[in-house]
Amino acid sequence: MMRALLGVYRWLDERLGWSQAIWPIIAHPVPRTINWWYVFGSATLVAFVMQVVTGVALAFTYVPAPNSAYDSLQWITHQALLGGVVRGIHYFGASAMVILIVVHLLRTFLMGAYKFPRELNWLTGVGLFFLTLGMAFTGQLLRWNQDAYWAVVVAAEQAARVPLIGHILAYILFAGPTVGGGTLTRFYATHVFLFPALMFVLIGLHLYLVVRHGISEPPQAGRPVDRATYQRWYAELLHRDGVPFWPEVAWRDLVFALIVGAGVLALAALVGPPELGKEADPTILQAYPRPDWYFLWYFAILALIPPQLESWVIVGFPLLVGIVLLLLPFVAPVGERSPRRRPWAVGVAGLALISIVALLNEGRRAPWSPVLPAPALPAAVVQPLTGPARHGATVFMEKGCHNCHTIAGTGGQRGPDLSAIGSRLSRDQLTWRILYGGTNMPAYGTNLQPEELAALVDFLAAQRGAAP
Amino acid sequence: MRDPVAPQLAERVVSRRRLLTWLNLGFGALAAAVVSVPIVAYLLSPLLGLRQVWVRLGPVSQFRIGATQEVAYDDPSPLPWAGQTARTAVWVRRTGETDFIVFAVNCTHLGCPVNWLPEANLFLCPCHGGVYYADGTVAGGPPPSPLFRYATRVQDGYLEILSRPLPIV
Repeated sequence: MMRALLGVYRWLDERLGWSQAIWPIIAHPVPRTINWWYVFGSATLVAFVMQVVTGVALAFTYVPAPNSAYDSLQWITHQALLGGVVRGIHYFGASAMVILIVVHLLRTFLMGAYKFPRELNWLTGVGLFFLTLGMAFTGQLLRWNQDAYWAVVVAAEQAARVPLIGHILAYILFAGPTVGGGTLTRFYATHVFLFPALMFVLIGLHLYLVVRHGISEPPQAGRPVDRATYQRWYAELLHRDGVPFWPEVAWRDLVFALIVGAGVLALAALVGPPELGKEADPTILQAYPRPDWYFLWYFAILALIPPQLESWVIVGFPLLVGIVLLLLPFVAPVGERSPRRRPWAVGVAGLALISIVALLNEGRRAPWSPVLPAPALPAAVVQPLTGPARHGATVFMEKGCHNCHTIAGTGGQRGPDLSAIGSRLSRDQLTWRILYGGTNMPAYGTNLQPEELAALVDFLAAQRGAAP
Repeated sequence: MRDPVAPQLAERVVSRRRLLTWLNLGFGALAAAVVSVPIVAYLLSPLLGLRQVWVRLGPVSQFRIGATQEVAYDDPSPLPWAGQTARTAVWVRRTGETDFIVFAVNCTHLGCPVNWLPEANLFLCPCHGGVYYADGTVAGGPPPSPLFRYATRVQDGYLEILSRPLPIV
């Protein structure tokens, strides 16, 4: 039996050249000091493969037409045998891939692994990073629910801010003057053909370069990269103290990939993919559009930038990030690799990470958004009131005040919390603010009857923070 | 590798190879360019459909003077599989016997759908907190300009608007 198998192997090897051409790549020598920080790139690749497999499976059933996409995805999620799990893997796998590629990018940056001779490794990786974000964005559109519909509109509005050709870009995204029958297929073709094809090419190139230049050794402070000597020094390091990638180093990659895969599968099976909510419908205006979590930080930026800078930021920020990432290996191709000797690099990376996490949280809370529809005022606030103040509570809710202002823990956070406004402002001050408005506060001058205004002021004057 | 040709022929062979190289590259590029013409034209063809037409929103009597209400109309020539995306919603405000203001539902900030609060007489945007007065002017938040308006006319007792692409700042 073994002899027969060995015979088959020999027959194949003679023709495929496995032991001559492929095996040396798999077992190529790498520095012995490679450690757990080096598992994120291969894990990103495993996540990508997982996305391809589940994506192909989903495409067996998903119908990329605007009149059927939503229904087919509902069918996949709720009717098809284990369809919810497959969609769940695709959903959580996407999150895993975004997280892993960011960690991999940060690791490469902090360890200076982008420096000579690995500049092209970095550049192909940056291309894969942007394509991964593009996949995440186009993927969330294919749900074709309300969030997807308005995400297309918001994306086109941003593209339209580009000088001169902005409108054309927007109409190319839409496949027409507005979202229509041709829009969804455009993003579908991009998500399942165009971007994956580019990613396959870049991944191939990236891996080729990894083997060609060797895995970068963990940096040591005081050992800068020198263009004249690095490659010879690295070859000597491998010769002196190299170990074969397979299996001495690869086992860590396998263990970590298994953990990632198990985590994604567990989330898919136990939590499941997110509900789709309402179907994409331009006539349902009671929408509350939100991007998937990995874009919430950008959603927050768009809310927080000063209006006069807006177009600059919308066009300039993605451009700036791209240019900085692409120029990095040309700006600092040699020198110290160790993060201990590169305080600026550590500072920039740390600041970027902290900003993004803080903005993610802001985007999740979205205090700038009015609450639609507004909740009812708590009984503890309304019950004790009598006469005009009681009427004022009704005015407060009817006139949209509660959509933007919190009282006793309910309501919007757009404007100031009014739970104790009665002890801060006099009746005259309250009247003035309501009539004339202020920064972000609409003027209600023509919009309130005198008795409504009086009742509202009575109500607000009674808010002295005694509520629960 | 040694060139097998005699030295006196070397120059001719080199120029022959150079010619072949350029011919290969040239014809390859030409073929790629010719093939890409129909592909690129096909991909960009939706840009040609940007024509504007008058569409009917409904009989004038359907709208109450002083009220703002949502109306949806159908794309005059939708793709057969367009489903709901063939429809477009607008906010119609009747200000007089034959006076109408028709707003695009899209916030001028980034296009999200503005909600009308009839009691408050305000449009609120759910995305980044844009607020507009009943006449579409900005009352607060990030929007850079008032709500977009459609051209309107009353024809045979019906309110009509001139369809337009998605409004973009």
